[in-house]
Parts: sequence; structure tokens; C-alpha cells
Amino acid sequence: MPTATTAAESKIKPFTMNFGPQHPAAHGVLRLVLEMDGEVVERADPHIGLLHRGTEKLIEYKTYIQATPYFDRLDYVSPMCQEHAFALAVEKLLHITPPPRAQYIRVMFSEITRILNHLLNITTYALDVGAITPSLWGFEEREILMEFYERVSGARLHANYFRPGGVALDMPAGLADDIWAYTERFPKFMDDLEGLLSENRIFKQRTVDIGIVSEQEALDWGFTGPMLRASNVAWDLRKAQPYDVYDQMDFDIPVGLTGDCYARYLVRMEEMRESNKIIRQCLEKMPDGPVKVQDHKIAPPRRGEMKRSMEALIHHFKLYTEGYHVPAGETYTAVEAPKGEFGVYLVSDGTNKPYRCKIRAPGFAHLQGLDFMSKGHMLADTVAIIGSMDVVFGEIDR
Amino acid sequence: MSDQALQELSDHLQARLADTLISAGIELGELIIIVQRASIVRVMTFLRDDSNCQFKQLMDLCGADYPSREERFEVVYNLLSLKHNLRIRVKVNTDEDTPVPSLAEVYSAAPWFEREAWDLYGIFFSDHPDLRRILTDYGFEGHPLRKDFPMTGYVELRYDDEQKRVVYEPVKLTQDFRSFDFLSPWEGMTNVMLPGDEKAEAPTGAAQPGSNK
Repeated sequence: MPTATTAAESKIKPFTMNFGPQHPAAHGVLRLVLEMDGEVVERADPHIGLLHRGTEKLIEYKTYIQATPYFDRLDYVSPMCQEHAFALAVEKLLHITPPPRAQYIRVMFSEITRILNHLLNITTYALDVGAITPSLWGFEEREILMEFYERVSGARLHANYFRPGGVALDMPAGLADDIWAYTERFPKFMDDLEGLLSENRIFKQRTVDIGIVSEQEALDWGFTGPMLRASNVAWDLRKAQPYDVYDQMDFDIPVGLTGDCYARYLVRMEEMRESNKIIRQCLEKMPDGPVKVQDHKIAPPRRGEMKRSMEALIHHFKLYTEGYHVPAGETYTAVEAPKGEFGVYLVSDGTNKPYRCKIRAPGFAHLQGLDFMSKGHMLADTVAIIGSMDVVFGEIDR
Repeated sequence: MSDQALQELSDHLQARLADTLISAGIELGELIIIVQRASIVRVMTFLRDDSNCQFKQLMDLCGADYPSREERFEVVYNLLSLKHNLRIRVKVNTDEDTPVPSLAEVYSAAPWFEREAWDLYGIFFSDHPDLRRILTDYGFEGHPLRKDFPMTGYVELRYDDEQKRVVYEPVKLTQDFRSFDFLSPWEGMTNVMLPGDEKAEAPTGAAQPGSNK
């Protein structure tokens, strides 16, 4: 039996604790090995890879058309933004530019995707720190937005809609009006959501001054997207290196000042309102015309044409068996995905399959920062930090 | 990201890093430099701190496998400069046995990306603080993204109800792995002269080759 004096003198050994992989606050299959000093985290070692599917290896064995659906399955809450990166990379290697209408559709759906992603993140984040209602509200809105996905691509989640050279199909009749009607009432929903959370005493207690990231740290650790902007860095690829028609859109980049979990929440909330603005501008400016390049060696001909034209039929057959050949070359193309910079490093050797396709997932770099962000915080704050990072394991584990 | 700015940066690097630069060039509007393996830490520190570079962010680090080369692996670093709004791609070559100096001291973001390159390609990084596997399973053998690693892998796992645990077994495919060769001469035929093709080239009204005039 230790006496009172020896107990005071003996040093308490760090307590190692396992967190996840089956834990509702782990946002998927994160396994954390935490070294604790009582309730305080001394070191966090994330073990990732439990959702590793070898996407990059699989893509090397598929034609460029067959590779597109894999991008939906990376970050499965923002599928179209990732297709966008791949489509842009292939277009760069092929030296083609999609027609204007396709570019507007892609920008519009990228922004719908951003709202989808942020709604999921903010509401489940609120769930992590103790509020249930936002997730019930947010998922209802997500369902409406996913219906737009479904109407345009046939699938709620794994859309496979953006293709190198444009989009798969034009929007069905009436969709533009419905999206417009939705953007009319979306700000009201945002006001309601903000009313629930922004000044909520419990929510602020759990997020303000938690997981502070300085500007210097955010750059050094390779943070991008809301994680970088919340640390007072005004950087957004949509402004700095615009792709498609983002240079014709009028929108602002919200920036957080404090770099804590609350600032990241605020940045995401403002981004959704900006996305709403971009969607409306796309609908206003969207021209008529084709939605994919008219070179049938890259984009398939229309179905009706195939029924009558032998050449169209051959083009279709060759595209869906052999695919197209991409000239040898390499590119690193990045888009501003909802979570940050999503990049594709694509190497082509001149055949119909990518030679190397590295996927740069923003969450991978963010999760690496968990160790320094959670050091000295309570265990429950680690949960708040993970929530504010917006991690999805589809893209981290690949 | 204008080509002019990239060209200026390229000239600047060629002046300052001449002793270590193997090649520098702009392809598809992207600046690519290849440097000597031993000096990668010095090059990266220069790129990060030099006032004309300011590449404060290591965006991506990955391996790539080219088995036909003498040094089969490439380590590819993609950097981003927020200040100048520029990107640069730095490459070093290595093989299975030669370690590449780790960038952990230069960029905090590097260690996980290097762990990934080690895991998937077996590229070894010297002075790395914690070079463990990251994406593959605990106890995994091999480096799956190498070109000589089969896509089906070597082992598959299932839950064994008798042993009450997950067991590993050699891969058994009920159907052979199908790798179709679709590299038919669709594009390959564009520059081939078949007998009679020269007639199409001849200007209309001109004498056909072989005809007596």
C-alpha cells in the first residue's frame, strides 16, 4: 500500500487509450491511440487505412472513363467536386476545353456539393458536441439537394456526372427552375440553423478557443480550405487559380480570425451562403448549347444518333471498350473541394489508361495535424477538433 | 500562374541551384525541376525561404514507379506558394535500396506523405521520425503500388467462425483476372500509309503517280 507521501511523489504514468475505430464521434473508421495524462491528451496517434481500397492501383488498371466513378467514392459527401478535379486533369492532358454550358453546370453542381458537404459537417459536428436538432434539419435539406443530384445523374450519391470534356447529360427540363426556387428559401434555412448554433452557449463553450491553429502552423502542416481560411489566410483556389467559369462569378471568401473550432464553423456557414450566391449566378448566366465536347473520339455521340449512324455506333463502341488515348504527359490539377485542396497528380504514358494517378486528399493533411491540435486539450475536445476538421475516410484512406 | 512568371522562377532557380539541378522545364504550364537526391533538403529549404519562391506549403508528396529505369522510383513533391500564386513540382530519383532524405524538418506536413510513399512503394526515407506503414493493414507485406505487385494482391482475409478470428489465405479467384488489351490500332492507324493512300494526298487534277502523261 503506498503511503500518502509516496503517492504524491511517484509520477503518474501516461495512460494509453484506444479510441475507435467503431466510435460514433470518429466520423467513420478512425482509430486513435491516445496517451493521456488523466483527462488531458498528451499525444494523439491516428491509425488510418481501415478503409483503404487501393483506389490509385485500381485506376491504373482502368480506362479514363472507367476511372471517373472512383472519385465519387473517395469523399462520399462531396462527390462531384472530386470528379471535377479528375475531369480538369484529363482535359488538360487532352488539350480540350468543355463548352460554356458544361462549365456553368459543373460550377453550379460543385457549389451544390459544397452546401451538401458543409451541411453534413456542421450538423454532425453539432451532434458531436451535444446538439441533436441541427442534424435532423440539415439532413432534410441534404435530401432535397441530393434529389437535384438524382435528377441530373440518376444517383443520389455516386453521380459519375462530370466527365472529361463536359458533363454526361444536359439538365432535365424544369430542374433549373426548381434549383432557383430552392436558392430562394435556402437563406431562411441558414438563418434558422445559425439561430440554433452561432450564439448557443453550450456550442460556444465546446468550440471557442479549442484547437487553435496559427497562420504559420496552418501553412506548415499543409492545411487547405476552411481549415486554412479559419486561420486568417485569405486563400481560395476558386479566386486565386480559377477553373471553369469561377472567374466570372461574384462571391466573397470568408476568413476566420481566431483559428479555433468556432472560426472553422463560422467560415463554413458563410461559405454556404456564398455558394448559394454562385448557384444563382450560374442559373442566371447559363447559356444554351452543347454540354460536352463535340469530338466523338472523346465524348460519346447522342443516343439517337447512334441508332441511325454507323460511325456514331463505332465511336460509342470504341469509347466504352478501348476508351480514348491520352497524350503522354503529367499534370497536377487541383480544385477547391469543400474540404480543401483536392488535387490529382496524373501521369499519362500515351495509352488509354493512366500510368499513375495520385490523389491528394485534403483530409489526409488535416488529420496529420490532429496530434499538435489536440495536445493539452481534454479528451472531449479531441472529439470537437475531429468534428471541426471535417474528415471523411473515403478520401483519407483511398 | 502565367508562363512568364514560371520562366522567371525557372531562371532564378537555375542561377541559384545550378550545382544540384539536373533539369528544369515547363510542361503544360507547370514548372518541373529534377534535383539530386542528396541535396533535396537544401533545395526544399531554399524553395521555402527564398523571397522569390516562398513555397510555404507542401501540397503533395508521392512516389511513382518506372521499372524500366535504372533508378526505378521517382519521389514527386508538389509545392504551392501562396504569396506568388505559383506551383512547382520537384522530383528526385531513387531505387529500392537508396534512402531519400526526409523533409520532416522542413515541412511538418511531410511525415505522413513519406510514410505513405514508404508503404505503397517501399521508398525509404532517412532521418524520418516515425517511418511506419500507414494505409495498408497491420502486418502487411509488400508494397502494393509497385508495378510488379499484382492488382489482386497475394492474400485475402475472411472471418473464421471456428477460430473466432480473421484469417489470411492465399488469393483464390473463381475466375481468372481479366486484363483486356484494348490497345487496338485505332489511333495507331492515323499515320500509316496503306497502298493507295497516296492517291488521296494528290491534289485534284494533278497527274496520278504511275499514269503516263
